[in-house]
Amino acid sequence: MRRPLLALIALTLVAAACGDDAATTTTTVATTTTTVAATTTTTTVAETTTSAPTTTTTVAAFPVTVLGATVETEPQAIVSLSATHTEILYAVGAGDRVVATDLFSDFPAAAADTEKIDSFSLNVEAVADLDPDLVLLAFDPGDAVDGFAALGIPAVLFPAPTDLDAAFEQWLQVGALTGTTATAEGLVEAVRAEIADIQADLPRPDQAPTYYHELDPTLFTVTSETFVGAVYAAAGMENVADPADESGFGYPQLSAEFLLETDPDYVFLADSLCCDVTPASFAERPALGALTAVEEGRVIPLDDSVASRWGPRLVDFLRTVVVAVYPTAFGE
Amino acid sequence: MTTGGGVRRVPVVAVVATTGALVAAAAAGILIGPASLDPGPVLLEVLDRLPLVSVDSGLTTREAAIVWELRVPRVALGLLVGAVLAAAGGAYQGVFRNPLADPYLLGVAAGAGFGATIAIVSAGSTAALVPIAAFAGALGAVALTYALGGVGGGGRTGATLLLAGVAVAAFFTAAQTFLQQQNADTVRQVFAWILGRLSTAGWSEVRLLLPYAVLSIAVVLLHRRLLDVLAVGEEEAESLGVRASRVRLVVVLAATIGTAAAVAVSGLIGFVGIVVPHTIRLLWGSSYRVIIPISALAGAAFLVLADLVARTVLSPAEIPIGVVTAFVGGPFFAVVLRRSSRGWAL
Repeated sequence: MRRPLLALIALTLVAAACGDDAATTTTTVATTTTTVAATTTTTTVAETTTSAPTTTTTVAAFPVTVLGATVETEPQAIVSLSATHTEILYAVGAGDRVVATDLFSDFPAAAADTEKIDSFSLNVEAVADLDPDLVLLAFDPGDAVDGFAALGIPAVLFPAPTDLDAAFEQWLQVGALTGTTATAEGLVEAVRAEIADIQADLPRPDQAPTYYHELDPTLFTVTSETFVGAVYAAAGMENVADPADESGFGYPQLSAEFLLETDPDYVFLADSLCCDVTPASFAERPALGALTAVEEGRVIPLDDSVASRWGPRLVDFLRTVVVAVYPTAFGE
Repeated sequence: MTTGGGVRRVPVVAVVATTGALVAAAAAGILIGPASLDPGPVLLEVLDRLPLVSVDSGLTTREAAIVWELRVPRVALGLLVGAVLAAAGGAYQGVFRNPLADPYLLGVAAGAGFGATIAIVSAGSTAALVPIAAFAGALGAVALTYALGGVGGGGRTGATLLLAGVAVAAFFTAAQTFLQQQNADTVRQVFAWILGRLSTAGWSEVRLLLPYAVLSIAVVLLHRRLLDVLAVGEEEAESLGVRASRVRLVVVLAATIGTAAAVAVSGLIGFVGIVVPHTIRLLWGSSYRVIIPISALAGAAFLVLADLVARTVLSPAEIPIGVVTAFVGGPFFAVVLRRSSRGWAL
């Protein structure tokens, strides 16, 4: 039978599409050590003009090696096969050098207008035909990274981060890869400050509010050990799905019965766009109408893409969550 | 049609054993789950829901919902799907005189998958249209198989139908894959659908399936004597005055309608249609007067049990039920095959 194969594919896709991109292919990433260090000098050069004429601005930063891929000179034609990294590229100021993006890259608007590539059934040759000098991926459907390497195109495969620092680290890596380290560092600092601001006003109830974050109508969800879980943790919330994930995969599927027994205080629907789930349709599912969150009207629809990408909009995601949970402290 | 004579030939032990297994499986399915509820109140709650009975189970609203909105419909759906698939599998094996025949043989699965994909792509996975589209796709695929099987002009023999089924299934699978590729954003929902949905099922699915399940099993049951006649060979059956092609059409139609409805509400659940009828055949003989009714009972018990395993082994996570049916069914079947002194007779 072909069911086990289907199961495997589906699991991969669920995890992939949900976390925006793959959390499954972590084995391909050997180490996270990077060489951002080389680039940090660029911004300070201007102040010490008397020192040895090492370089002028951006040229000094290259070559750069990130996650095993080396970029020799500043990339001028970038292909992003990950919606998250498309958002990061534009945020760090490298957007004008993006020539093609994957089908899910819909933000910012400029990215939606670039040439489109299907990152799930990736054709390496079609991407190579665009003559890119940097390819960013968050999911490798097969041997794409090896394929790009064979063609001499630097391709960086980013893992799904499991906390906020790992997400910020990727912003810096994208900055280093595109010669925009200063902007990337500024961005990380600004977002850290924004998060700190939100947390400063955060009420700290004795009992942390619990939540269930729905990825799709078959009750796939996230645990604390994912970037999404980290955002809720930043809002002082507790995940109900953690005991359901013995393997540590991060994206377990729950049963309705488990959900009823744990009875989370809040339900967040990150499948409102993909699957047309609304608080009303959620309540109509068998038995789920008996959840406290449904009875108390604490089922909150989210923008799927904002709630699944670890780009700069994660702070918008965090704000949506805290406004929903503490309307008096944060609402207008 | 006189079928009364056949009933007595069903071994009593077979009826008792399978009925007992079914009752035990259903009770376990209702009593056991990730939420730890005491057996007493759970049984009282089920009793309370029966007509004319009113008792206080002492369960909270939430616990009562777990029992009546989740566990009971799930057991009911597993029972119906298992019975339909096992009876349909037995019927297909009889009609085609082929031990490898299963309910998905003539393209039901591929057709249902294609229909569901069209509906999901155009209307979203929550649309009420999805099971209807899957049902229509399944019937359409089998109709195409039937039409294609007669193209050769040599009449629809079992062999030409099987080959046509292979071609149609391949075609619909390819069409579905293409459609999916063109709509990558819905790929998740399509796979979730294919993987089976017993886990999210409620009473609405049971209501959808019930009429088709009853119709399908009843028609197949009424033809069980004719299946025995067909088993001696097509020409021999004709010489006995049985029109093989007509019997085949009716039985295949009935089995297909049941299977299509089962697939439409529960996704693809493999192996039940093969392992259950063969196990019954090996245990209690190769007469379809025994195989069809006992397979339906055993299939119901088997699927309810498989579902119980699927949702308890890794609790609170769940394993797709098709994995369990194949994983548990395969070795069990091997043991039955080995123990059987009757050998392989069809």
